[in-house]
Amino acid sequence: MSVPHAKLPGWAEYGLIPLVNLAAAFLISGLVVLIVGESPLEAAYHMINGAFGRGEYIGFTLYYTTTFIFTGLAVAVAFHCGLFNIGGEGQAYIGGIGVALACLSFDRVLPWYLLFPIAVIGAAFFGALWAMIPGWLQAKRGSHIVITTIMFNFIAASLMNYLLNRVFKPLGSMSLETRTFETGGQLPKLDWLMSIFGLSVGNAPFNISFLLALLAAFGVWVLIWRTRLGYEMRTMGHSPAAARYAGIKEAKIIVITMMISGGLAGMMALNPIMGEQFRMQLDFVQGAGFVGIAVALIGRSHPAGIIPAALLFGMLYQGGAEISFEMPSISRDMIVIIQGLVILFAGALEHMFRPAITRIIFGLSPKGRQAAATKGA
Amino acid sequence: MDFFQVFIELAQSTVRVSTPLILAALAGLFTERAGVFDIGLEGKMLGAAFAAGTVAYITQSVAMGLGAAILVSVLLSLVHGYASITQRGSQIVSGVAINFVVAGSTVILGEAWFRQGGRTPALMESGRFGTIKLPFADALREVPILGPLYSGLLSGHSPLTYFAFLMVPASWWILYRTRFGLRLRAVGENPGAVDTAGISVIWLRYRAVICCGILCGIAGAYLSLAANAGFTKGMTAGKGYIALAALIFAKWRPKNILFACLLFGFLDAFAIRYQGYAFPLIGKVPVQFMQALPYILTVILLAGFIGKAIPPKAGGVPYVKER
Repeated sequence: MSVPHAKLPGWAEYGLIPLVNLAAAFLISGLVVLIVGESPLEAAYHMINGAFGRGEYIGFTLYYTTTFIFTGLAVAVAFHCGLFNIGGEGQAYIGGIGVALACLSFDRVLPWYLLFPIAVIGAAFFGALWAMIPGWLQAKRGSHIVITTIMFNFIAASLMNYLLNRVFKPLGSMSLETRTFETGGQLPKLDWLMSIFGLSVGNAPFNISFLLALLAAFGVWVLIWRTRLGYEMRTMGHSPAAARYAGIKEAKIIVITMMISGGLAGMMALNPIMGEQFRMQLDFVQGAGFVGIAVALIGRSHPAGIIPAALLFGMLYQGGAEISFEMPSISRDMIVIIQGLVILFAGALEHMFRPAITRIIFGLSPKGRQAAATKGA
Repeated sequence: MDFFQVFIELAQSTVRVSTPLILAALAGLFTERAGVFDIGLEGKMLGAAFAAGTVAYITQSVAMGLGAAILVSVLLSLVHGYASITQRGSQIVSGVAINFVVAGSTVILGEAWFRQGGRTPALMESGRFGTIKLPFADALREVPILGPLYSGLLSGHSPLTYFAFLMVPASWWILYRTRFGLRLRAVGENPGAVDTAGISVIWLRYRAVICCGILCGIAGAYLSLAANAGFTKGMTAGKGYIALAALIFAKWRPKNILFACLLFGFLDAFAIRYQGYAFPLIGKVPVQFMQALPYILTVILLAGFIGKAIPPKAGGVPYVKER
């Protein structure tokens, strides 16, 4: 951009603009509900009630939130380095191999608290490995990361299909999944956390990996804003040329960033595999890798934004399930529409409302008007 | 002779599977050559297939179905154009968003309107594209070698298939032999120069995006009106991404697109036919490997191990006039 937009105050930049973008996305989703012949208000009621109405619902909402924190962080880390990692889906899927291998090997001998760290390392390792290849290809061979990661999503799907068919499937079983893990491979639920608030988690698979997700969010904050590596990543993201002048090793940073990103995406696999299903099933990621894109965009790639954004999508997922139950003509695919619209408005049309908002804000305060005037001169 | 028969059948299904790929890849060719990357091919095809199935069922007219498909696909293209040309948003993000919105809406609307689990009702004969029998196809069937080639392979496809194959030289001609094509390619390489010449970069890019919409619309209509009798949920099943892979594999050139799509189509047809078949020397090739092969090949190509794929220089970058 030759003329940057006038700088907005922080609350507008990180609060108002994402909110306006979200509102636009919801408004259009509401139109779709109208076309289908249902009331958007009723749908909204069922969604909020379905997401927060009972302890069990909240448990489900937080279960989905956990997943989206991981994938959102994964996309955000890459964003900071100017990389658009669209392959979170595949990386999370492959990360499942690490979890499954750890659980299948040790679930009979180790208690969960010893097995969990091994599974975390396994998930992060396999996810990082799957992201490292596109990273390396971009850094060394100049292939575009977006295209390679898309291709790697499909390759991952085929690979997992093969592995579940031939390698992981127990003999004589028809369904494409591993055997069910013994107690060592099952993560404890966070009953105690919920009961502090006087709620019962019920059947919801809200589990300990939620805490790991929060820890990961903190870790990402430290990494990006408090370490040398994070500084180099952000420099790369702002200006690859400046990074090169500063002697930052471009290729190395790209590969490392992608590995961290892939590792975070891979850790997503812990939640459904060890926290809910207690086995690895075909297609367990269910689009969470793509939700991560929307989460990172709404959360402005900052952990403090990503956690509420993940919660929002957790709410959409759990509330969406309730809507489809109460209003049969609206299936869960409604979430996919909302997700797409959020990506559209918060991502591609990010600047659509900005001029209007800038005018309103600077129009309201005399000091702002002055600032805008001097900037324009 | 038996081998020959198998060859004809395999070639025939290759042509069928390749048709939507060729159309979608050519669609991508137009916009990407103009500097607007498009990973929304999948979504546009899906939306078009749905519109085609819905309108063809309601009106019982194949022409109306095709028209609706093109209309929806062009509208989606314009959304992509608005986001990435006018608002200068990220083309990648916009493409991803369109894929999602379409994937969700086709299911929701299809279920709300027809209540058949996201599919449109099966189309009657009048709502579908028939096949074209070339002259003397029946008479020549008995002629050895040439007969089956002519009546089995060349004849008996839907009009859209012939259109797709004709569009390959036509696209070449438009891009390389017309003023519009020259400018379109220029705007993808050096929009500044085009702007200096007093030609509107914005309008040119919009026209390229509309061309993409039209072709994607036809590709979608092929799926629901020619290859199948109606729309089924998620029926593109990654074909848009395969077309994208083919476009890259073809290094953004019309003739190569034909071969890339035929190759990817052949892999698909081959995988379906020889699932679980043990080959001499190689043994059983897992069907999953065959399915992943187009993507693997594209990655290898992109990495420059088999030639170099150089995308249009200004691709993916929104154009900003100097001030």
